[in-house]
Amino acid sequence: MGEEIDRGRRQLLTAATTITGAVGVAFAAAPFLASWKPSARAKALGAPVEIDISKLDPGAMLKIVWRGKPVYVVRRTPGMIESLASIEDRLSDPRSDISRQPEYAKNEQRARNPEYFVVLGVCTHLSCAPQNRFGPGASEDGVLSADWPGGFFCPCHGSKFDVAGRVFKGVPAPTNLEIPPYVFIDKQRILIGVDEVRVG
Amino acid sequence: MSSNQSNTAGGGRLKSLGAWVDARFPMTALWKEHMSEYDAPKNFNFWYYFGSIAIFVLALQIFTGIFLTMSYKPSDIEAFGSVEYIMRDVEWGWLIRYLHSTGASAFFIVVYLHMFRALLYGSHRKPRELLWIFGVLIYLALMAEAFMGYLLPWGNMSYWGAQVIVSLFGTFPWIGDALVEWIRGDYYISDITLNRFFALHVVAVPLVLIFLVVAHILALHEVGSNNPDGIEIKKTKGPDGRPLDGVAMHPYYTVKDIYGLSIFLVLFAAVVFFAPELGGFFLEAANFEPANPLLTPEHIAPVWYFTPYYAMLRAVPAFAGTQVWGVLVMFSAILVLFFAPWLDRAPVKSIRYRGPIYKVALMLFAAAFIMLGYCGMKPAEQPFKAMSVIGTIYYFAFFLLMPWYSRIDSHKPVPSRVTS
Repeated sequence: MGEEIDRGRRQLLTAATTITGAVGVAFAAAPFLASWKPSARAKALGAPVEIDISKLDPGAMLKIVWRGKPVYVVRRTPGMIESLASIEDRLSDPRSDISRQPEYAKNEQRARNPEYFVVLGVCTHLSCAPQNRFGPGASEDGVLSADWPGGFFCPCHGSKFDVAGRVFKGVPAPTNLEIPPYVFIDKQRILIGVDEVRVG
Repeated sequence: MSSNQSNTAGGGRLKSLGAWVDARFPMTALWKEHMSEYDAPKNFNFWYYFGSIAIFVLALQIFTGIFLTMSYKPSDIEAFGSVEYIMRDVEWGWLIRYLHSTGASAFFIVVYLHMFRALLYGSHRKPRELLWIFGVLIYLALMAEAFMGYLLPWGNMSYWGAQVIVSLFGTFPWIGDALVEWIRGDYYISDITLNRFFALHVVAVPLVLIFLVVAHILALHEVGSNNPDGIEIKKTKGPDGRPLDGVAMHPYYTVKDIYGLSIFLVLFAAVVFFAPELGGFFLEAANFEPANPLLTPEHIAPVWYFTPYYAMLRAVPAFAGTQVWGVLVMFSAILVLFFAPWLDRAPVKSIRYRGPIYKVALMLFAAAFIMLGYCGMKPAEQPFKAMSVIGTIYYFAFFLLMPWYSRIDSHKPVPSRVTS
């Protein structure tokens, strides 16, 4: 060994060791960070759910839980469907351009079939559950005024949505209610959580 | 020489045991450095009680918390029932739980007063910037601790409060959804989330808190305490090299702090025994029914200590299709605290020698904070919406305009020695 200390070499070795150590730490951290992701059991419990709509009357609503969130299925009356076009100027996002829905629900009725409206009952403001207030006009509790066309009202912070889950202007919720993926298995049953029925 | 040869009385044996330990661990040195020879300014007043009370409350929370974990079950099916079990069936369980739940609110009251003291007397100013930063980190850790602890009883307000706060992270563009799923470990707030929050609440965050409190005290004892005059007592030392305006932490301030603690405990016990819910401020009524993912409480409000920030969150409207702005404003309200020592440009520290601008600004700040807290408890309607907007603007103006108004403000000459 020579008398001189090769400082450049020492610096290089220190840097190389530090980088190797840092890579090791990153690799060691990965399993712990990944352990926070939904587990296999959570994923299995989050599988699609089926809902029977054969006994749903026009103007009525069913609730079902999918992945811990309420999913609303509304059988809209022809009057409700007609009302959708007339209130567009009062809505923030009437054509659902900035809202979240599958491609087949990005239309005026926000549905595969205009009669059956499937929507997540989760307010886009802070995830409260909106109430169905389908009756038009002023409400007894005073939160809805005479020009209310019928729709959903969120009790937490007063967000309002029409019967296609489209958000009104001037409320805290920024976007329309989210539409989950769903598919009609047949005329009586809807499968919520997938876009198509897998054959076989 | 050694202890087994000594024939003196018990005191002598104890002394030699002390010497034995001191040769192996700096026991006496630590005691002197932090207690018997730590020189604290002799002019501490009422506002200087809250640091020691905060340490007491931390110890109380850890102690009662350990006993609660012995009967509590962190699962979605058993959690609510196990809390009821603690309240009804465990011997003195109601007392242990009420000490813990009242302790949470007491912690925030004490910490808010402690922080206000810093703004009053400039305790966050140079050379105590790092001390302040450790303090703000303690405040942040405390908020995380309180938030996660609030989910554990698995009441309906626990559930929906967590739902609202966790979904705040979902407003971040691109990563939001994945981030929320990662925090929850599920597609909704579930058993998995509860179990995870339990681990963080009883192990991880308390460890961080204890570490930060130790760092906070070490930083304090390194620079020395500020005082109501905002004078550095180390500048005027006696012939023995110790500050003329200082008195030893022990026995002078240990005795004073025990007196303050007694008064605090009288008030604390009054709440624990006679009004543990404190009219819904400390324990909310909606939390006396179990968590129900399908039924939102009529009116969601966080516990009082979070309501100022909740009001700020709601004061900012959504635009450009996202409500991330309110979330950013809320987080910035905490972030701005870190910069407070550098934003203040006044040549004097204590409110006693500061001009009218800062005096008025600080009093209005306290009023705005309380007003925001009030609005955060109320439904999001007028006039609370407008009051929240005004409060939020003032909160930020107080800090962000400080470099200007603190500089043009007048000030009085500061004496070289502390006043009584």
